[in-house]
Amino acid sequence: MAVIKNTSAIKNSFKHLLGIQNLSILEANKILTEAKTFIKLNRSKSKKLDILRGKTQINLFFEPSTRTQSSFDLAGKRLGADVMTMNMNNSALKKGETLIDTAMTLNAMHPDLIVIRHQDSGAPNLLSQKVNCAVINAGDGRREHPTQALLDALTIINRKGKIEGLKIAICGDILHSRVARSNIYLMNMLGAEVNVIAPKTLMPKFIERLGVKSFTDMKKGLESCDIVMMLRLQNERMQGSFLPSKREYYEFYGLSPEKLKYASKDALIMHPGPMNRGVEIDTKLADDINVSLIKEQVELGVAVRMACLKLYCK
Amino acid sequence: MIEKIFINARIIDPSQNIDEKGSVIVGTDGKVRAIGKDIKKNDASSSAEIIDVKENILIPGIIDMKVFVGEPGYEYKENFRTLSQAALAGGVTSVATMPNTKPVIDNVSMVDFIIRRGRDKAIINLFPCASLTKNLEGKLMTEFGLLSARGIVGFTDVNKTVQNTETMARIMDYASDVGVLIMQHTEDLELSKNGCINESEISTRLGLEGISSIAEKIIIERDLSLLSEYPCRYHINQISSKKSLEVIKENKNKGNKFSVGVSINNLSLNENDIGDFKTFLKLSPPLRSEEDRVSLVQGIKENLIDVIVSDHMPEDEEGKRLPFSQAATGAVGVETLLPLALEMYHNESLSLKKIIETLTINPSKILKINKGSLKKGSDADICIFDLDTPWVVNGDKLKSKSKNTAIENRKLQGKILMTFLNGELVFSQK
Repeated sequence: MAVIKNTSAIKNSFKHLLGIQNLSILEANKILTEAKTFIKLNRSKSKKLDILRGKTQINLFFEPSTRTQSSFDLAGKRLGADVMTMNMNNSALKKGETLIDTAMTLNAMHPDLIVIRHQDSGAPNLLSQKVNCAVINAGDGRREHPTQALLDALTIINRKGKIEGLKIAICGDILHSRVARSNIYLMNMLGAEVNVIAPKTLMPKFIERLGVKSFTDMKKGLESCDIVMMLRLQNERMQGSFLPSKREYYEFYGLSPEKLKYASKDALIMHPGPMNRGVEIDTKLADDINVSLIKEQVELGVAVRMACLKLYCK
Repeated sequence: MIEKIFINARIIDPSQNIDEKGSVIVGTDGKVRAIGKDIKKNDASSSAEIIDVKENILIPGIIDMKVFVGEPGYEYKENFRTLSQAALAGGVTSVATMPNTKPVIDNVSMVDFIIRRGRDKAIINLFPCASLTKNLEGKLMTEFGLLSARGIVGFTDVNKTVQNTETMARIMDYASDVGVLIMQHTEDLELSKNGCINESEISTRLGLEGISSIAEKIIIERDLSLLSEYPCRYHINQISSKKSLEVIKENKNKGNKFSVGVSINNLSLNENDIGDFKTFLKLSPPLRSEEDRVSLVQGIKENLIDVIVSDHMPEDEEGKRLPFSQAATGAVGVETLLPLALEMYHNESLSLKKIIETLTINPSKILKINKGSLKKGSDADICIFDLDTPWVVNGDKLKSKSKNTAIENRKLQGKILMTFLNGELVFSQK
């Protein structure tokens, strides 16, 4: 009889959620399956469970966030955990405390989960080395945003039934986007074909080594795609001369009904939010319930985060 | 001191093209009196102390051209005493010290301070460098003439580049007349700003801003163009990429005269070693691809690169225990310079003589200092090492005040046994 040795994938299973890169396909599927069970609950009248009763969850947000932060907040509360949210933009850091000091202080309060968002890539990895509880990455620098990719996957599965065999386009500021990176890893892992579309200045070098095809021509990149994921274009990109103007960007990379025609007939649109209407996406298209999954993404985000909190909490 | 004779040594001294079994006699004045295979025990006086080197290797004391001492301003990272101990334990007897201290070494009184302080506290030969521009700002050149008269051997803005081409042209023009050595960190600061590792698949995966090798190449191209107009003593501190080597090769072939250094880190590590955000491997210039590393080793073989430096940059733990992009840049290395360089001998990339040359006579020629050779009459700075003893690097055991080694747990082969300065024993392996 075959004996399964303690492989690192099994041993470290559900220890910390630092990124999709550290996740096995088994773990990803487990999270998605678990999340499905919470969708119904979240739509019902009584939403409270006691799975995490007595557990403490700390949301540590070093970067401002509305949807991710409220989503994690709600997810923890619905599972019955005690949730504390700390906005670190204006506290200890300004007094010169380092991330490690903050981590040690919080660790002394015996939390069971720390959800962290940080502007520096790798900050959750550093944190996870210093605390005794599970660390969940809610977005670090431009590296990863694993729960966003997982909720995107759940949204697609919910509509299309599966991810395997689909063709997915990710379009916009790929260079600075953690959402793009996490989605590339996850969609690839789950068997989709991924195209990335961006102007050259916003496309990372060597991106094709991550297993994607890259396009600067949006129309070609969208060809026969089932899902079109648009990314937010941050205003400050105009100053670093990444782009000549918003107008030119919209002309070539904004999603309009006309450009959408190049994608597959029943293509669906996604956006991690917050949107710049008229910059990366046509405003009517964003609100068109027949093609836009944007509201559903937010809804299922809570379910995915509930699944992660449940699975990673010891 | 009494006379000494080193017997049963394999003497390697590239300055005299020697690699032979023999003896070295050091006179009472601390200078080499005789050297070579023909020297017998009875050539020394009867009272001479006999040191049996036991077939180990004896070389001139190593010269490290890029070392940061914390004094003044950063004594908590390193001071003259701890630096000396670390250097001697690595067989390094002479160092060129970097001027990016606090305050910056950019004026005569700072030079006097550092020389006085070094004389009191250091046990190694110090060759201080001053900054190329005032306060390392890249705008106004420092007093090349006055400073070199006080003992400055070279001028460098360390990890900063003179970005303005007009300023650089004037610096080189002026320096060509005064005859001073210009040591440039070649990196376009506009292209590399915010970058912390090589621009590659790894920077994309780690989500860190990358530094393209074009940032290095473009400054080398600019400076070498200027150099053909204003032929001064010009040295490239550290190169890191294959692309830069191509430019260097082309220029050396054209007869442009300049010298080139490389950090031992770029010769023995690559970007993959950064792994899961190891901040001790955050270096400047950054570690690049394996292809780049291999081409740098080849560059030494082809005489395109003249010296290997440790780029010794002590940083305390606080500066490194931060998210990668915020963490301090640099690693200690003076103590492990030779043992790590020996890797390239053991894996048959370079000859022993070539390695020793880049660590002794070549830096001595560039800096125009009277070191790095055991010719009759020179200072008896000697390093004796064993080529084969295996050992494992343990940061906590390093003598440097800071423990930020980039090669923690690396298995090395070859160890320093004894170091002599002016004929006096200053380090010995227990």
